[in-house]
Amino acid sequence: MNRRYVNLIIILLLLALSIWIDLPSNPGIKIGTFERSLETVLGLDLRGGMQVILSVPAEIAVTQQNLQDAAQILENRSNALGVDEVVYQTAGERIIVGEYPGVSEAEDIIGKIKETGQLEFVDFGDVRIPAGTVVETDFGISDTAAPEATPTTEVTPTAEQTPTAEVTPTETTSATRYHTVLTGADLTSVGVVRGELNNYTVAIEFNSDAADTLKTWTTENVGKILGIVLDKTVISSPSVENPIPDGQAEIIGQFTSESANALAVQLRYGSLPIPLEIEQIRVIGPTLGQDSLDKSLLAGIIGFGIVMLFMGIYYRVPGIVADLALIFYALLVFAIFKLVPVTLTLPGIAGFLLSTGAALDANILIFERLKEEIRNGRTMRQAIDLAWRRAWPSIRDSNIAALITAAILFWFGSTFGASFVKGFALTLALGVGVSLLTAFTVTRTLLGLAVEWIKNPEQRPGLFGL
Amino acid sequence: MINILGKRYYYFALSMLLIIPGLIILAVNGLPLAIDFKGGTLLELQFPTTNLPETTDVIALYNEMGFEEVQVQTALGPSGERDILVIRSPFMDDTTKIALVDQMQTKFGIEELAVNRFDSVGPVIAGQVTNRAALAVALAALAVIIYITYAFRGIPHAFRYGVCAIIAMLHDILIVFSITAIGSVFWGWQMDSMFLTALLTVIGFSTQDKIVVFDRIRENSGILRKLPFEKLANHSIVQTLQRSINTQLMTVEFMLLSLALFGGVTLREFAVILLVGLLSGTYSSIFIAAPLLVVWENQEWKTWFRRQSVNA
Repeated sequence: MNRRYVNLIIILLLLALSIWIDLPSNPGIKIGTFERSLETVLGLDLRGGMQVILSVPAEIAVTQQNLQDAAQILENRSNALGVDEVVYQTAGERIIVGEYPGVSEAEDIIGKIKETGQLEFVDFGDVRIPAGTVVETDFGISDTAAPEATPTTEVTPTAEQTPTAEVTPTETTSATRYHTVLTGADLTSVGVVRGELNNYTVAIEFNSDAADTLKTWTTENVGKILGIVLDKTVISSPSVENPIPDGQAEIIGQFTSESANALAVQLRYGSLPIPLEIEQIRVIGPTLGQDSLDKSLLAGIIGFGIVMLFMGIYYRVPGIVADLALIFYALLVFAIFKLVPVTLTLPGIAGFLLSTGAALDANILIFERLKEEIRNGRTMRQAIDLAWRRAWPSIRDSNIAALITAAILFWFGSTFGASFVKGFALTLALGVGVSLLTAFTVTRTLLGLAVEWIKNPEQRPGLFGL
Repeated sequence: MINILGKRYYYFALSMLLIIPGLIILAVNGLPLAIDFKGGTLLELQFPTTNLPETTDVIALYNEMGFEEVQVQTALGPSGERDILVIRSPFMDDTTKIALVDQMQTKFGIEELAVNRFDSVGPVIAGQVTNRAALAVALAALAVIIYITYAFRGIPHAFRYGVCAIIAMLHDILIVFSITAIGSVFWGWQMDSMFLTALLTVIGFSTQDKIVVFDRIRENSGILRKLPFEKLANHSIVQTLQRSINTQLMTVEFMLLSLALFGGVTLREFAVILLVGLLSGTYSSIFIAAPLLVVWENQEWKTWFRRQSVNA
């Protein structure tokens, strides 16, 4: 008797909490170090966006650390390009999945960021080569290697001086193959420094071995150009003002905040530890996403309405109780989605709707039992107790079977970056779990109270759908 | 009490009638695999008007860029107009796509050409996904048979319940394949990862349904020990019938029907496959799984090939 009211209070408190979390204007939770913004996270299929799956070619050995580093670098590069909320994750042993919410005209983002990005500091002699020019360097080519037959460079003829012998140590090769002094692998840190007159410089630091090389080279080459080349394309041609003794250098130029940062990003994230190939790209236009969201919400509301109507008409008082429990269930599940947070996708919504089916199944099983027990002439209280006790094994066993499949689906989804499948499995499992809770607490408490409030329930079987 | 189990061989025949046409289509055409499982590119373009370029011109453009085996379909857009082209081709990367869309805009003189969807799956990952998908389905089936055998360990022949549930589940899987095969002929459906999701859901819910019916047999076998098994099973089915109808038809099917009707194009195929699959799941609990238990209990196969009518 008393316990029912205690349960009711707990349920109401939980309900209030759920509603508070569900409110779209919720400011978020902040307790100590625990922080949640409580925003509904929409998946790419609902808000539009691009998903890309990259993989390491089979012949390349790869460690989990390599893969994670590469994912981090790709994410940083994408964010540096001004695309927001990009997430890169590893999946399985050789797969990286990237998601770009809201991006549909991806242009060549993937092409830009997936380049292995070989960064080199190249001896240009006296020639300041404009950015964008493709040059040839001797990095990775042993001294004895035969020179290539045709020079592929496009050095513009505006350069007044031809490179001197000092610039190209391998004199026998074509004059346009430049010497690589250092590579991006030698860099230890890169930063942007803002000067007094709002001029920006890029500060770089090399490791100690490279610092020695740099010291020797800069001492011999004051006034010469040390070109910065990414993937054989010139990105900057600074000249050496002074010898650099300690491996710390500043690149001074006509930098704006933007261009200095862009250069810093290129320097910092120049190289990927592993080569990557595009395996899969999915782009969903924003209008299609919005359309799907609107329509599936509409479908959900209509389906929900019909089901609630049916329950009320068919099962009467218990049905209305089940409807209340269903509303509670929906609010609670949505609150959990926001808390976790679960990314809502189209299959995710479908999974949620299906789990309401499971939630109702538990109720229907119990109510059918209840009717049987009432027909057998039990008192209302006995009937309710028996109905719950008898229905429990089949509810338990059947829901465990559903959870097993959801777990297998989740595993399948996470090994292949099939986030759509993963979302479905997660919402289905959450829904099934919560539905067990609501059937055995909310429906039961509310029905118990309803029976108490109704006078002579045994004499009024119509109220119970009999 | 209605005698449901008496006509069991008719139910088996009805299921065959539904499954066989689909299987014939699959045998003739092969599995209608989407790019998720075989690799390739799907490009869905939204045109500003219904004035779509000729299919042959689009294919010619693809051929120029070095893509053979190109399929072009038109589709209804969100506005209800036939202003969408769906083009399937071998695998291409993002850069190629951009060049392609650019060329299309110039060639067909269309300025506002929007990319609704661009799915591109490489052959390597497609092969891996297919393997894992088969593994996932097999694992799910195995997990279920083990779980049922465990859950019903207290009653005689617990293993039979697991096996009959699996046979009924195979029935549901075949029904799903059959409806997809028929859909592939009439509406161009394909088996993609959403199809796989639907299939695994059907497996999960089908088992759930079988367990509810079996649970009643489990419970009754304690109370009605003296009844012959066929009567006992029939009794249990009739007792759970109302629940089966209410849960499956009224709740799950209402939800899915509403998804299929109002849920937009992207979910339609998924919703319809689920609808049929879950319906089959309920059907097979009553009309396949439980009758099979009876067939097994009576060892009816001994009389199958004798010249006498089966006890219909």
